[in-house]
Amino acid sequence: MNDKPEKLIDKKGVRLDGRKPDELRPIKIDVGVLSNADGSAYIEHGKNKILAGAYGPREVHPKHLALQDRMLLRCRYHMAPFSVQERKSPAPSRREVELSKVIRESLEPSIFMEYYPRTALDVFVEVLQADGGTRCASITAAALAVADAGIPMRDIVVACAAGKVEDTIVLDLMDEEDKLGSADVPLALMPNLNAVTLLQMDGILTVEEFEQAVNLAIEGCKKISAIQKETLKAKYVDVKEVEE
Amino acid sequence: MSSVITRLKQKQIAQLIEKGKRLDGRELTDYREITIEQGIIERAEGSARVLLGKTEVMAGTKVELGKPFPDTPNDGVLTVNAELVPLASPTFEPGPPGENSIELARIVDRGIRESKAIDTEKLCIEPGKKVFVIFVDVYVLNHDGNLIDASALAATAALLNTKMSKYQIEEGEVKLTSGYTQLPMKKHPITVTFAKIGNKLVVDPWLEEEQVMDARISMAFDDDDNICAIQKGGNGYFTPEQIQEAAKTAKEKAKQLRKKLDW
Amino acid sequence: MPIFFETRQIVTPGDLIAEGEYIAGENTYKENEKIYASRLGLVDTENKKVSVVALKAFYIPKAGDIVIGTVAEVGFNGWTVDINAPYPAILRAGDVLGRPFRPQEDDLSQVLDMRDLIVAKVASYDRTHDPQLTVGEPGLGKITRGQILKITPTKIPRVIGRKGSMVSMIKQETGCNIILGLNGVILVTGKTLESEQLALMAIHKIDEESHTSGLTDRVTQMLKEEKAKMEENKNE
Repeated sequence: MNDKPEKLIDKKGVRLDGRKPDELRPIKIDVGVLSNADGSAYIEHGKNKILAGAYGPREVHPKHLALQDRMLLRCRYHMAPFSVQERKSPAPSRREVELSKVIRESLEPSIFMEYYPRTALDVFVEVLQADGGTRCASITAAALAVADAGIPMRDIVVACAAGKVEDTIVLDLMDEEDKLGSADVPLALMPNLNAVTLLQMDGILTVEEFEQAVNLAIEGCKKISAIQKETLKAKYVDVKEVEE
Repeated sequence: MSSVITRLKQKQIAQLIEKGKRLDGRELTDYREITIEQGIIERAEGSARVLLGKTEVMAGTKVELGKPFPDTPNDGVLTVNAELVPLASPTFEPGPPGENSIELARIVDRGIRESKAIDTEKLCIEPGKKVFVIFVDVYVLNHDGNLIDASALAATAALLNTKMSKYQIEEGEVKLTSGYTQLPMKKHPITVTFAKIGNKLVVDPWLEEEQVMDARISMAFDDDDNICAIQKGGNGYFTPEQIQEAAKTAKEKAKQLRKKLDW
Repeated sequence: MPIFFETRQIVTPGDLIAEGEYIAGENTYKENEKIYASRLGLVDTENKKVSVVALKAFYIPKAGDIVIGTVAEVGFNGWTVDINAPYPAILRAGDVLGRPFRPQEDDLSQVLDMRDLIVAKVASYDRTHDPQLTVGEPGLGKITRGQILKITPTKIPRVIGRKGSMVSMIKQETGCNIILGLNGVILVTGKTLESEQLALMAIHKIDEESHTSGLTDRVTQMLKEEKAKMEENKNE
């Protein structure tokens, strides 16, 4: 772990894992993977392996949390103890509490919350293996789980990060780049509406570099969105072929 | 964090902002009046109180001896905590920290950490074994909106005011001696928050604006005009253009605000 | 005024279906003269109306709907019934007893107990109040025999078929009585367990292949084949 690679990106712009600066890691998505959940999705994004399940709309427990004019959205982002190098305590950390909140706030603009007052929609995200960018991959999977549950939505939210390693703005940081790079900008997008629903940053960027990173992350989001939509459709196209 | 605001008031606020005006007479990019007092708690190693309009936040620092993190053996440790004290708002409840106070603490922490505000290497006493640990406790005493900027400002002001004991090493033991040195600071991060109301961005939202906003975005800047931390919050969204606009405005606002700090 | 998808083409939430003077139908929404899908489903157009037939959705009660529910709680003056919806339904004691409820004498659990199944009609429902049920009509009330099957509620119309053709065919082929709860719960009652199983098999097939065409023929075919097999087994 402590062996720092000499350079995160070489002169030709090739990154540690052989990617170009604007290239995504391999992404594999599956939908409808949990039989008990109303909607579910599984994503492998780089070495991230993340499972998301959506339950609802359903009765709110405890009852006093119910909102009279809209649905209550609850999210829990959680990392499995074995998902990282050193065992992570299963008790929710402050980081997990914060990520649960920002993931919820990234999904909420996409959902017609006002349709089902006094109900709850619970979204559970379990990170089974963490690479860089778990929050983005979690959002991509969670949004798909909500769509799979048949919840009316404005758009399917998708997320991807951009950042800076050495002096280059790059797309979709993996673990080493996230830890050793100089900035990370995770971003979630409603692609059809061009609306950013999650934006965070840490590191150091000039305003111009930040603008570049945002644009690159948006491009990445659009590419992942295409995979997301194809996955959702494929679940039903398979059945459609029975006809012929 | 919402308490009830009438629909009429909501409309009033939104309509005014659409025309570029605000209920309290400010321009869209104006801060409320800011007062910073440092060194107000004698028992703390550093302290500051920030008044942002009626919003009041106190920050106190404590310096203790501790162990460094294994992956950064030569660096001192920074720990930020935030308390939404129940007397500050009817919506704050006693009990373990909720997501709002945890998020607030982590935003303040990120601004300080990512800007490399503290020269943490100078806090190392014995690599891998003994370092100074800096605790920053943010205490919200009155909530009238924009706790993020007030807390970040209070934290930076308190750090600038922080004194550390001098020490000697005698037979491998750290002995604190008389006299103090100033906490070594390299940067002075400033956080600027916007609320999105309708399709407009307003700087430094006060409570009623927060209650009607769609979303907020906070951006921290270092002394060299670099962005070092961002956090979007709330249940709405921003267009990419609004984000760029926010970054440009925040850069100027951060410069102005930094002048209010003494160091 | 372009339309970007053909009828029966699959769309996902956020897909732009049409632009201009169209009317937003079910499972779509309109913003700035653009109509987008709000659910995964198949595009359907009727004159100027654009809608999406959802491939997955849950049941939202509507006054007048026939539903099949499970008693979830015996309360002080009525029952809470799980009708496979986001909201629990309420059935008042007076409605079942057909007379005013006498708290001193009536033991509600003797009338309907936890986990009992009922066929009921939604008497009322709106955004602010939980759905209220009634059993005060012929054919409604406690279910004592038969088989229960849960399918996606949006697929119930497919089980009914055009002018009831599908469900009539299944009834005819299997000799079973079938009650279709609009909440996706189906009750099948027949003379023998075998005939009930046959009807369930047919409905299951419809649930799985609901968005394909020529389904009635395939289901009829399957039922005839299965019946022939059963006859053979009997003869052996």
